[in-house]
Amino acid sequence: MKETQTIQNNTKSTETTERISGSEAVIKCLLAEGVDILYGYPGGAIMPVYDELYKYQDKIHHVLTRHEQGATHSAQGYARISGKVGVCMATSGPGATNLITGIADAQIDSTPMVCITGQVGSHLLGSDAFQETDIVGISTPITKWNCQVTKASQIPEAFAKAFYIARSGRPGPVLIDITKDAQFEEFDFKYEKCKGIRSYKPIPDTDANSLKAAAELINNAKKPLVVWGQGVILGKAEEEFKAVIEKAGIPSAWTILGASAIPTSHPLNVGMVGMHGNYAPNVLTNDCDVLIAIGMRFDDRVTGNLETYAKQAKIIHFDIDPAEIDKNVKTDVAVLGDSKASLKSLLPLLNENSHSDWHQKFKDLYKIEYEKVIKDDLHPTKEGLTMAEVLKEINIQTKGNAAIVSDVGQHQMIACRYAEFNKTKSNITSGGLGTMGFALPAAIGAKMAAPDREVVMIAGDGGYQMTIQELGTIFQQKVPVKIVVLNNEFLGMVRQWQQLFFDKRYASTEMTNPDFVAIAKGYSIEAQKITERKDLKTAVKEMIDCEGPYFLEVRVEKEGNVFPMIPTGASVSDIRLE
Amino acid sequence: MNIESLNTSPSEIEGVSRFTIVVNITESQMKKIQGQIEKQVEVIKAFYHTEEEIIYQESCIFKMRSNLLFDERQIQNIIKESNARIVTVNRDFFVIEKSGKKEEIDLLHRELTVFGIMQFTRSGRIAVTKDEMKISTMLKALQH
Ligand SMILES: Cc1ncc(C[n+]2csc(CCOP(=O)(O)OP(=O)(O)O)c2C)c(N)n1
Ligand SMILES: [Mg+2]
Repeated sequence: MKETQTIQNNTKSTETTERISGSEAVIKCLLAEGVDILYGYPGGAIMPVYDELYKYQDKIHHVLTRHEQGATHSAQGYARISGKVGVCMATSGPGATNLITGIADAQIDSTPMVCITGQVGSHLLGSDAFQETDIVGISTPITKWNCQVTKASQIPEAFAKAFYIARSGRPGPVLIDITKDAQFEEFDFKYEKCKGIRSYKPIPDTDANSLKAAAELINNAKKPLVVWGQGVILGKAEEEFKAVIEKAGIPSAWTILGASAIPTSHPLNVGMVGMHGNYAPNVLTNDCDVLIAIGMRFDDRVTGNLETYAKQAKIIHFDIDPAEIDKNVKTDVAVLGDSKASLKSLLPLLNENSHSDWHQKFKDLYKIEYEKVIKDDLHPTKEGLTMAEVLKEINIQTKGNAAIVSDVGQHQMIACRYAEFNKTKSNITSGGLGTMGFALPAAIGAKMAAPDREVVMIAGDGGYQMTIQELGTIFQQKVPVKIVVLNNEFLGMVRQWQQLFFDKRYASTEMTNPDFVAIAKGYSIEAQKITERKDLKTAVKEMIDCEGPYFLEVRVEKEGNVFPMIPTGASVSDIRLE
Repeated sequence: MNIESLNTSPSEIEGVSRFTIVVNITESQMKKIQGQIEKQVEVIKAFYHTEEEIIYQESCIFKMRSNLLFDERQIQNIIKESNARIVTVNRDFFVIEKSGKKEEIDLLHRELTVFGIMQFTRSGRIAVTKDEMKISTMLKALQH
């Protein structure tokens, strides 16, 4: 509602042209697109835009991160929790190249993001000028779209297209590279939002016959299984999705990016699929008769060995991106289109069903997983703290209302497996790229986008140190994120593989860590470290009760492993419990 | 996957370029690549055709030493029989041009190699479809 208003107001004010510089135009474009916050880092080639940011600081808040990678992840965290476009900015050369990891992450996780980079003056292009780098060339394979602007007059159209492309269809990152002369140049500014691009169809048409065929398969299924992904969240289709699975009584499992689209406690939610997912949905993937994939892309971490993936089942695939159909798994029925609209149209075609025998199979397998894995994870009897019990305590004290921003490694898998979610858009993690260092800056963006929500970051001792400098951003901006480091003094996930597949040759995975509490305190962030189970409850309580940012280090079992596990190349149904 | 040849040029529609890409792969691989290409925002449409569905040509030019034209009679016959043509002759060298199928060009290349080629270059494949290409109607619909 608020966003629409801003846009309307701005559209009005820009109906007439005004003579301004390219850099002022950049700000006006951002305002017209409803942007009120962006993350970035200044430098020579983007200074004119920063000068305008200074003048417009009451309208648009620039957050100085401590590294450009941090700016991208903050923009991502902002986008993931709000569904809006995240914006980040950097100078040319090293500033621009520092954006690359975040751009690749946003591309593979379909996160809407607009990146703005400064570029050397157009007369210097191609001359290896100071801090010149071909960022358009470098970012081409990892952006949904990018362009270089060398004239101020190209700025409005470039921005209008950038925002339209980033947020429409299957979202993704875009990049606009602006030469310094274009930033200085004056021109007659007029902004018009982009309504369409000749060569780009964001949402493919849905074939009514495909919906009928899908409904028929679902109605005749005896053992249907839904696997949903982030497409449900990106399409704002949570309600439609819930209505569909409830009417047809289908057990439903999620990919890590799909998590939280329906509450963890929903009776049809049978857990997570994939390498460290739950036992039942993985095993029963190879037992179901109809597999209904919704807004997911059959990533190899989800499917394990494709040769043995759901071969017995008819496959229905709902997706907005035609290139995903038949990419990894051959489908019997493909339903193209927007998830919200497709699921809404599907609902009346479905018969009511309950599949209670089939549900029982999930419950039986859950019991096995509980006895072999979950019980010891959540209620350990051994001395060392487990990562899972920390998650359990966070669940209890946030009542499942927190957004969990996790990094990459064992703690990530544990966070995804054990975090309880009541609200959608609550599991913010780097899924496709698996970018260590994602969590801390992403949590900053998430908290700034949703100040009313509790945002708890969970990182390992390894990944935390990849972007630890963003504590500076938290300090300066006073962002009340809760920072939890599950310290096993190892690059735990790699160590686990070394243990299982490389005869315990722990090559370069053990870490001698600094005094994390002292570092946090150096940034005036309240901090505590615990090493014993008896202190867990009060420590988590103190963290949650704290009004400002808080750092909590928990010393966990050094050589704990994440199970279940589908070893690389194995079939989903050969998932190991130990 | 290896790209056998790649050609890009203006098309019959103003402001629209046509890329002709030749690859040797299975149909299912082709469909995946088509999807990925079409996904590019600036790409209007990607089609794929088998050889039977298109009329296609490649072209090539050879630069050879002029004395060969007189010393090696056979060369003249080769040029005639292969439907190649001499573009230019001067004291030092002459240039042969040939358009045709890949195999024809390969053959000509083999035949001329024995005499020594100073320079050889060939274009990517260009093609038109036997059937009407829906792209023209599609674009008309888009042009408001
Ligand atoms: C940028 C980057 N480098 C390397 C890796 C490979 N990697 C995946 S998990 C992992 C270990 C993470 O260790 P830590 O952050 O301590 O988390 P833990 O697994 O111990 O919970 C590594 C090195 C990665 N995912 N990202
Ligand atoms: Mg660790």
